[in-house]
Amino acid sequence: MGLVFLDHLAGTPLHPKVKEAMIHHMETVFGNPSSDHQIGQPASQALEKARGQVAKLINAQPPEIVFNSGGTEGNNHAIKGVAIGLREKGRHIITSNIEHKSVLNSLRTLRLLDYKVTSLDVDHYGLVDPAAVEKAITPDTILISVQLANNEIGTLEAVADIARIAQRRKVIMHSDAVAAVGVIPVDVQELGVNLLSLAANQFYGPPGVGALYIRKGTPVWPLLDGGVQEGKRRAGSENLIGIVGMGMAAEMAALEMPERLPRLRALKERLAQGLLARVPEIRVNGHPTQCLPHLLSVSVEYVEGESLMLMLDDEGIVVATRSACASGSLRASHVLIGTGLDFATAQGTLVFTLGKDNTEADIDRVLELMPGVVQNLRHMSPLYKKEHAGS
Amino acid sequence: MAQVYSNIVLDHFKNPRNVGEIADADGIGEVGNPVCGDMMNVFIKVEGDRLTDVKFKTFGCGAAIAVSSMITEMAKGKTLDEAMKISNKDVAVALGGLPPNKLHCSNLGADALHSAIKDYYDRKAGKVRILDTGKEEHIASRGALACYCPYCEKQVEEESPFCIFCGKEMSHDHDH
Repeated sequence: MGLVFLDHLAGTPLHPKVKEAMIHHMETVFGNPSSDHQIGQPASQALEKARGQVAKLINAQPPEIVFNSGGTEGNNHAIKGVAIGLREKGRHIITSNIEHKSVLNSLRTLRLLDYKVTSLDVDHYGLVDPAAVEKAITPDTILISVQLANNEIGTLEAVADIARIAQRRKVIMHSDAVAAVGVIPVDVQELGVNLLSLAANQFYGPPGVGALYIRKGTPVWPLLDGGVQEGKRRAGSENLIGIVGMGMAAEMAALEMPERLPRLRALKERLAQGLLARVPEIRVNGHPTQCLPHLLSVSVEYVEGESLMLMLDDEGIVVATRSACASGSLRASHVLIGTGLDFATAQGTLVFTLGKDNTEADIDRVLELMPGVVQNLRHMSPLYKKEHAGS
Repeated sequence: MAQVYSNIVLDHFKNPRNVGEIADADGIGEVGNPVCGDMMNVFIKVEGDRLTDVKFKTFGCGAAIAVSSMITEMAKGKTLDEAMKISNKDVAVALGGLPPNKLHCSNLGADALHSAIKDYYDRKAGKVRILDTGKEEHIASRGALACYCPYCEKQVEEESPFCIFCGKEMSHDHDH
């Protein structure tokens, strides 16, 4: 039996059309888009075509799209770029406790440069309270950075509400939308954000390529200094093969989303309900309705996530874990702890992210195997007996 | 995924030996803490000065389970003195090596065995030990626990020069 891949957040396989577009580009174009000669021109056309495709996916103007190396660069650029751009105006930035590390660690760096950071608590669903954001704004505040969708628990934040507050208080609003763009409809006009990060490998494009949406007029200093590429906002010769792939991936995401979404929702529901029915003492993390349609985070009591992940891997089911042990940092996930989960339960967390090619049979295979795998590990666990002896 | 573990580790993880408890154990060892991600119980049966049975229960990652399984195999049939000489390193070597971060956090098998043997001696001497003690010491000494801001108590990066949540400067002169 083939592999069941349920870790699409780590990176999606290339869409056949994306692969086709990239190969075609490699075979026909090698020029540098910055060159005005006849070898540079087709490269420039390919770059601008991709920019248009990505802009359309999020309802932006093409010049507002700056290609880069992915979500981490976009988040670094947005945060550090605004901090430098508005250094005379203020030095206070607001974020949440459950942002991606590329956001939190960008802010860590800015702290060294005497910027002040307010990181807001979230509720047990992982939601940031827009009222708390408003309360945290001071005359010194220059930027608010709140993710659109959390990459560990899938909770969708009220970014549009927060952006309205930011606009009224004349503060720049950035949203890390990496886990959301290409999966659910994202419209930068509706959201009202100034900056938004996205990455191609979340929607069947290649890894190592992404974009930062920069609303016209937003004061963002470059992260990489150099030449005039990307409207002087991101220097360096473009990763054009990747960008062409991202453009096609964006076009296919927009085209196929109406068909992908209901399928993903149904599969996730089947997985969630099936697990809750078949495996006792597990909990679903994140918001029950305000959440990504393809991400399911579950915490399994009394067992540790890496051993769960390895057991499932052995059975041909590929999932991610958020256990401290597997993260390499020996720390429980800051997101799960941020939502109030206790350390021991957080250790037993699996994150399933579904993709367009998953089937009901894939989900049923997980449902068939999970009870046995969990029981096997619980049988070995000293915590299981303790809890049950106590009840 | 890239193969993180040796084939011996994977074998012991997938087919662990001597899982379970010994109802009338002569000694019980407990090390680790679920907060750190790993917790091991070792149960021993002693006849004369020899370990006639060794069983384990473990909450933890693949390495922790394999280490537990291996230590029970290594200890069975040994004298208490011989068993006390088995080190965590010996267990890792017998498993064909462990990834560096697991050497630090999950390689507690010999400690758990030694804890059980100590419990056996304590019981013989009439001392009764209550399990679950000594955790504080473990947390401080093993350094596998996260780093916390001393001001707002939120979890922060180990090398972070300041707390990302409350903004206070932090020194990292504790032992991890």
